[in-house]
This record gives sequence, structure tokens and C-alpha cells, in this order.
Amino acid sequence: MLAADGTPLKASLGRALRRQKIRALALIAPLLLFVLLTFVVPIVSMLFRSVENQIVSGTLPGTVVALESWDAGSGGIPSEDVFQNLFFDMFNAAEAKEHTKLGTRLNYENTGLASMFRTSGRSMDDVGEVFQDAIEDVDDQFEDGAFWFAMMNGAGGEDLLRERLERWVDLTGDDMRGDVGFVPSAEIVELLPTTAAAYTDFAIWTAIEDEDVVAEEDPWEAVYAALVVDLENPATGTAIAAYEGEGAEALQAIAAAEMPKADFTAAFADLDEDWANTDVWKTIEVYSSAYTTGYFLNSVDRELTPDGVELRPDNERLYIKLFGRTMWMSMIITLSCIILGYPVAWLLANLPMKSANVLMILVLLPFWTSLLVRTSAWKVLLQQQGVINELLVWLGFVDDANRLILMNNSTGTIIAMTHILLPFMILPLYSVMKTINPTYLRAAKSLGATNITAFRRVYFPQSVPGIGAGSILVFILAIGYYITPEIVGGTDGVFISNRIAYHISRSLNWGLAAALGTILLVLVLALYWVYDQIVGIDNVKLG
Amino acid sequence: MADTQRDDAFVEFERVQKSYDGEILVVKDLNLALPKGEFLTMLGPSGSGKTTCLMMLAGFETATHGDIRLNGESINNIPPHKRGIGMVFQNYALFPHMTIAENLSFPLEVRNIGKSDREAKVKRALDMVEMGDFGGRRPAQLSGGQQQRVALARALVFEPELVLMDEPLGALDKQLREKMQFEITDLAHNLGITTVYVTHDQTEALTMSDRVAVFDDGRIQQLAPPDELYEQPQNSFVAQFIGENNTLVGVVTKIEGDTCEVKLDSGEIIDAKPVNVGAVGDRTTVSIRPERVEIDPELGPDAHTLSAEVLEFIYMGDTFRTRLRVAGNSDFIVKTRNRADQRRYARGDTVKIGWLPQDCRALDA
Repeated sequence: MLAADGTPLKASLGRALRRQKIRALALIAPLLLFVLLTFVVPIVSMLFRSVENQIVSGTLPGTVVALESWDAGSGGIPSEDVFQNLFFDMFNAAEAKEHTKLGTRLNYENTGLASMFRTSGRSMDDVGEVFQDAIEDVDDQFEDGAFWFAMMNGAGGEDLLRERLERWVDLTGDDMRGDVGFVPSAEIVELLPTTAAAYTDFAIWTAIEDEDVVAEEDPWEAVYAALVVDLENPATGTAIAAYEGEGAEALQAIAAAEMPKADFTAAFADLDEDWANTDVWKTIEVYSSAYTTGYFLNSVDRELTPDGVELRPDNERLYIKLFGRTMWMSMIITLSCIILGYPVAWLLANLPMKSANVLMILVLLPFWTSLLVRTSAWKVLLQQQGVINELLVWLGFVDDANRLILMNNSTGTIIAMTHILLPFMILPLYSVMKTINPTYLRAAKSLGATNITAFRRVYFPQSVPGIGAGSILVFILAIGYYITPEIVGGTDGVFISNRIAYHISRSLNWGLAAALGTILLVLVLALYWVYDQIVGIDNVKLG
Repeated sequence: MADTQRDDAFVEFERVQKSYDGEILVVKDLNLALPKGEFLTMLGPSGSGKTTCLMMLAGFETATHGDIRLNGESINNIPPHKRGIGMVFQNYALFPHMTIAENLSFPLEVRNIGKSDREAKVKRALDMVEMGDFGGRRPAQLSGGQQQRVALARALVFEPELVLMDEPLGALDKQLREKMQFEITDLAHNLGITTVYVTHDQTEALTMSDRVAVFDDGRIQQLAPPDELYEQPQNSFVAQFIGENNTLVGVVTKIEGDTCEVKLDSGEIIDAKPVNVGAVGDRTTVSIRPERVEIDPELGPDAHTLSAEVLEFIYMGDTFRTRLRVAGNSDFIVKTRNRADQRRYARGDTVKIGWLPQDCRALDA
């Protein structure tokens, strides 16, 4: 089809509607942006956090690579090469004070690792100092930062500099931008690779984080240790003999001298005997990948071991039970809301306007009171010396010695939450019932149905959409509820959200919190889908 | 009245009163009896109590006083579902969550009728209203007329002896309404069921009913067959409510058997038939149908005529409508047939009008 001016009708229509569409879009843009920024972005970042695990490979980059050749099944501890890498990684991490974070992370998987990392990090200087003293005893030029700088600085080592910079970026999370004022010389990089790397690390940190001039600072103990490591390579000795660059004589003197043996395996074992424990290394290996299913496994009471996924020990299982309880109690709360709310909604829909308005205000009253106040009020009512128990004892229904325990258990949570969520059931029910014409009931009765039959066959089926809408609202609100279970739930009545809050604000295990939250989200979506299959979402009416 | 107390009464209202608030009587002393098979229409303006009467008969409202009898038995204390009365509602009240067949099956199910029997009855009822192919549809998928037919079928499917209809055609357009009027009466007479039909549409009432009860102010003003109602209204309300009507107000000056003289407020004297007047000196409203008035009449020498001024002359096709000012009433309508020799008047013409005394009824003031 062509429009009057010969352009295709579709194109013409599109142009005519474009302005309207743009205007409509502009109208919703503020909300769209708001929702994107405050809702979608946090949720996506939370989903991401539940699998993210860069902390191990970021803090111990060399160790993780070296560990790849270790066979966890052998039962032995990793080779000296791994410990050597661990030393340089830990040294850097300790300088940047990042080692404790890794300790905390690994502590979720293997208790005790937090303190091991903390104490080991503190002692890295001591481990390196042995080598520093030995080298400086041979030639005191090595005490001088400027001498070191002159020896290491040069040109051609830009690749190494870039590589070490990236490591620092991964380790600290900073962008590490700025002029280092140092480039390793290509000759030294080839001659003393470990030393060059360690010195570059020192130079980067000194220049960018400490904002000092590299030449004026004395190198870290790790640089001395690196030199010793390099010298232990027999090929290096020959190469040094042929070396003619800056500090050649001093290096040759060191190479000729007797140096303490670089045995990092023993050094770490001295610091903490757990470093010689295979399980510790297994944990590090299992969590060395950048992304992990560990948090999710943890969320369903399982753990990742070198032998695969295993159920956690009995006394550490918690989350499946909590998820089950959250679901079960939310269902009971939804059901109680239906039972209590249906007659009220019916009254609201059928009373004369004036009385219905008063009743409506009573229904809405809780909305105007703070949630915290309402829940605290339940605390006053439900406790063993509270209003309800006092009344029951006074009436003689309950023995004074056997007062009902209505709080700090699931009973308390169910009672308080049913009350708090009741309006969310009543309002959709009411708005649906309001649309059911009373003549339907009359018609049913005129056709011979008793009151009960008329209700069951004619009224109730028409109110089901309201029940559906109310149930979805109440159930989804209940499943993520936090404050009320926290206050009146005790230990038996808490929900999964209380555990999530605990991990967010107390244990700071955000990854686990994110995984639990993700599972909750998926559960809600799955239930929504099931609901759609059974009831049909088209049958849900809010009015 | 003889009409309200009869031996063969199937439905009977005896001295029935109804008040909702204890202060105002919505229905005042209602007496009504109808025999089996009759099609009775309750006609009246809104608020006249006709729907309340229907609801009392159906059992949705209780009578404040008096007795309602069905087949000789008082049903005051029988709940609606045990009365076995079919009912068609104004908005049809078809259950939206059931198909048409399920809607029809409902009254049979609650009566515990077997499945095969049920299906046969549903099919027969649907065929009866020519809706046999629509059993699987939902009410929302039907047009207003189709819903109306289904509602009728549902009220009849359990074979009640009495069917109540509460303005069932109110929501239909004119053409469909006329068609349905015919169908409903036809069906009611063929099945021999007693029908009480409530409407405020007088055409509907006149065309469908065996008898019409005209309601006003909580009372039956007149209970009579349609022709009687139109031609012999018993009081000025009925005369005014049914059909078009001209009224003149005056005082009775002479009563002589079948005729009387009325002196209008404007001073003129006319002849009338005394229907609802007491004695000489009473005020009266005389009522004359527009088609019984003659312009320039050829009447007896002693007949009274009035002079009138033509205000409007309207061409209606088959008739002419002439609006006149007569004795101070500027809304006096005369209908004349469109004959070849009919004179056409112009605004401002002065004419003489007259009528036969028996066509002019002197009613209550």
C-alpha cells in the first residue's frame, strides 16, 4: 500500500506515530531511569556477586598458576615453587593489606584460615630479612636504594612493568594510574627475572601508592629474597660472570658468596603449621578459579571439595531447612489471610456505603502505623507475661504455670505477619467482590439453590481471581519478610531473609547473601510460573 | 373489587404492605389475584412499588404485613429457593463463569436431576429459544438479545408454573424488543405458564399482557385488560400514564345518568361521562384521547363545543398532530388521519373542537 504522496503506507504511518512514541517515552523516562538505576542494576550486581570469586586469583596470582601442576590427590603438599610464589604474592598482599580479605573469604570454606593469613602476612618481612642481612653482609652497597635503582633501571622491560601493574590492579582494585619513574632494564630482566619482578612490584607501590621517588627508597625484603632465589639457579651464576652492566661487581661478589638456602616451604610451615596441611591447599585450589558455584552450593547446604560436591556435615546444614520453613510459613500465613480476610472483604463489599467506609478505615488503619510499632505491639501482646496470656490466665483457660509460648517461635511470626499482611489480602478481594453483582446470588436462589450452594457454585468462583491476586501479593511479600520474624520470630520463627541480612551486615559474606537472595528470587519466579500454570495469571484481578 | 378475590387464584396478594425503613410504606394494601396461565404485567413509574411486589413474590423481600399465596398456600415463610418460581432478571444475571449449557443445567443440578435427563432438558430449552448451537459459549460471547433468550430458557428449564420477569427487555434496542415481546408472550401462552411481568414501558404492557396492573404510589390504580385500560381509565393517573391524553380541569355542574356537565376553570361548559366523580360541585379532571377529538365537529345541536387556537401542525405521515390551545391548556393534542380531504391548519387558525360525551371521561381531580 502506498500513501497519497507515494511513500509506503507503513513508513508513512511509522513517521506519523514516531512523535507520539518519543513523547510517550520521554514521559516515562524518569521512572524508567530510576527503576534501572535503583532496581535492575543492584539486582544484576547481586546476581554477579553470587558467583564472583576473583579474590583468590587476584591476591595470589603466581601461587594459583603454580598450583595448577599440583596433584591434590597425591596427599602431599605442593612443591617449593608454589611456596616461593606464595611468598612473593603474600608479601605484596601484606604491603597492600589485602591478605586479610582473602583470609576472611577462605575462612567461609575452611575455618581457621583467616587467622593463618593474618599472622603469616605480618611475618613476611621477617622471612625476607634473613636474605637481606646475608646480602648486605657481603656487600653494603645493597643497603643503598640508589644503587639498586641504578642497577635495575634501564629500558626494554616495559612488558614486565605492564604485567606487574596489572597484578597490582587486580590485587588492590585501584586503577594504579601514574608515572612509576622506573622501567626494568631488559638485561636485568633476563639475568635476574625473579629479582626484576620483585623490584618492579616495589617500584610500582612506592611510586604510585606511597608517592615516593623509587631511587630514594630501600627495596623491600622480598627483593633480596628474589635475588637469592635467582642465584640458586646454576645458570644465573654463569650469566652473572659474563654480566658487565651496572653493579656487576657487587652481583658477582654475591654470587660467589655463601647464601642462606631459600626454603619457603619450611619458612611457611614455621609460621603456621597449617601451611603444611593438604586440606588448606585443597581449599585454595578449589576456590582459585575466578567464578565459583561455591556460594550457591553453600546456600543449599553443600560444599565444593576436591572430590566434587558434598553435603555439609549435619550440624552445619541450615539453609534448606530455612528455605523450607520460609515457604511453609508463608503458605500458612497466606492461608490464614484468606480465611480471615474473605469474610471481611465480603462485608466490605456488601455493607451499606456508610458502615463499609468505617470498616475500610479499620482495615487501612494498620497501613498508617509504622511496621515496627505494629510488630512491637505484638510483642507486648504475645509475650508470656503479655496481654493475651494474662487474659487467658485470668479467665482460667490457661494455668498460670503453663503460660502459652506465643512468641520467639514460629507461632509468633505467623500471628504477627498474618495481621500485618491482611490488608494486602482484603483489598484485592474487596475490589473483586465489589464487581460481583448481587443479582447473581438472587438468580441462583431463584433457580433453586440453597444459600450455601449459591455461594459455592456462583459467588465463590467469581471471587477466585481476588483470592489469586491477594495470595500472590501476600505470599511474595511474606517470603521476603524480614523485620517481623526478626522481632517476634526467635530462632524457630526466622525466615531466610533474616539470614541474608545477617550475612550482609554481620558476617559480611556478601557472596553467600547474594546467592541466597538469588535462590529466593528464582524460587519466587518459579512459584509464579507454577501459579500461572494452575490458576492462570489472567484470572488474577486487582479490581 | 371482584378481580382481586377469585376462587381460581393461583397467585394471590392479600392486604400486603411493605416498608423498608418503618416510616414509609412502599407498598400499601396490595390485593391481587391471578389465575393459572395468565400473563399479568405490573406497570408503573419507577418507585411505584411494582418491583418490590415482584421481589416479595420471588422471596427476596419479606412482606411487612399481609399474605402472599401461591396455589392456595402462604409462601411468606418459604425461602426463595423452595418456591420453584422461575425468574428473568433485568441484566439477565447469567453466571459469567459458566457456559450457556452449564447455566441452564444449574437449576436442574440443584434439583438432583440425572445427567442424561438434564442434558435433554437443557437441549430442549435451548432449542425452544432457538439457541441450540450456543451451549458451549460463555455469556460474554453472546449479544444482548441472545443473552435475553438464554435467561428466558434458564428460567423455564426447570418447568416452573410461575415465571417472574423484571424488565427483561430494558437493555435491548427497539426492534429486538418488539421481536422479543412477541416471542415471550408466544412462549408463555404455548407453555401455559403463569407470568408476572414488570415494566415501565406501557407499549410493552399493552401488547403483551392479558391484564395490566397499573401501579402508582404503592397501590394498584387499575387492574384491567389493555383495551379497557386505554379506553376506560378509572382515574386520571391511569389516563395520563397510559397512552397520550388530553386533560381539562373543572367542576361538575350536573350529573344525568351516563353524562354530566363540567364547567371548566376557563368558564366553558363541556359534556363528559362521569366515571370517578362523586357529586355535583366536585372538582374533576376530564380526559379525552387525542384521536377521539374532532375538529369542526358535526355533532348534535345540544352538544358543547370549544373554540381552540392552532399552535402547531405536525405532519407525521399516517397522521397529523395538531397542538391546540384549549381553555387555557396549550398542550391539547388532536390526532387526525391523513385523508385526502383533510384540511391542513396553519399556526394561529381558530377552530372549533368537540367530541362524543362517552369519549370524554370525568375522573378524579
